[in-house]
Amino acid sequence: MMRVLQGLSSLVACALSVTLAFAAMEPDEILSDPAKEKRARGITKELRCVVCQNQSVDDSDAPLAKDIRLIVRERIMAGETDDQVRAFVVARYGQYVLLRPPLGVDTALIWIGPFALLAIALGVATLYLRRARVAGDPANGKLSLEEEQRVEALLKDDGR
Amino acid sequence: MNRAVLFLPLAIFMGLVGYFAIGLTRNPSEIRSVLVDKPLPAIDLPVPDRTDIRLDNATFQGKVSLLNVFASWCIACRVEHPVLLRLASEKAIPIYGLAWKDKPEEMKAWIAELGDPYSLIGDDAKGRTAIDLGVTGAPETFVIDRKGKIRYKFVGPIDDYAWESTLKPLIKLLEAEP
Repeated sequence: MMRVLQGLSSLVACALSVTLAFAAMEPDEILSDPAKEKRARGITKELRCVVCQNQSVDDSDAPLAKDIRLIVRERIMAGETDDQVRAFVVARYGQYVLLRPPLGVDTALIWIGPFALLAIALGVATLYLRRARVAGDPANGKLSLEEEQRVEALLKDDGR
Repeated sequence: MNRAVLFLPLAIFMGLVGYFAIGLTRNPSEIRSVLVDKPLPAIDLPVPDRTDIRLDNATFQGKVSLLNVFASWCIACRVEHPVLLRLASEKAIPIYGLAWKDKPEEMKAWIAELGDPYSLIGDDAKGRTAIDLGVTGAPETFVIDRKGKIRYKFVGPIDDYAWESTLKPLIKLLEAEP
């Protein structure tokens, strides 16, 4: 019973945090130009909030995240490209704030790692299965001399 | 099959245990600042109750100093404050304050209540200078060298241990630089 209750309460907590996350953007932050607003949201959705590190700037209620949302919009209004806006934030907080880090020497492991592991696993599985099939098929289905003699002996006994 | 291969899963498992054990000892809120070893960004902040002087880049020239990001709303700053007061009374190093997203009256009341360790306080009410400094929370303290370059960022309240083990030796090194 306790387990069920615990499960329920964590479900409710999840649901609540999702609703709260959608409420992070405040109406006064939204740009009047829908195309520019869309760009701004695209950028802030992929910026990490440095206060609550596993939320995006778009989702976070932290005051610092709000400041960064406003800065992103100011820079877009000033005519900067998305890359320029991102570069502005990265120059201050580092590549760490990019939730989708660019492929580089130091981030190669994140990008390639899972595929490399999958390839290794498939390779090991293939080897293992091939070996198992060979083992289940001894001497290509032929019996040894000894075995044939035993079979004959058994068959004779049966015919008696 | 080579018997050694049988120990491979165990070896991989132990490797992962080691990796995560190291990971658990690290503080995820400590993000190494990308601004370390770079000159201070442009700073030009008003100093409360002063019209003759501003907290700007010239303030930091020619001496090793600390720039301490604080706010009256910041609980950990209250913990750190006595340490800063002691450093100021010992004239250990000039400490400059950056009042981050604070109301000037509240900040002044806070200083009046607890004491003033700062040589100068810059009022960053909008928090834009703090973002230029890559501040992620308060308190944070930057160690600035003679040339106005950021040499270290300390995240969280400075306590006696942090001062003696980290900051004091670093400052001594920086003061020995030409």
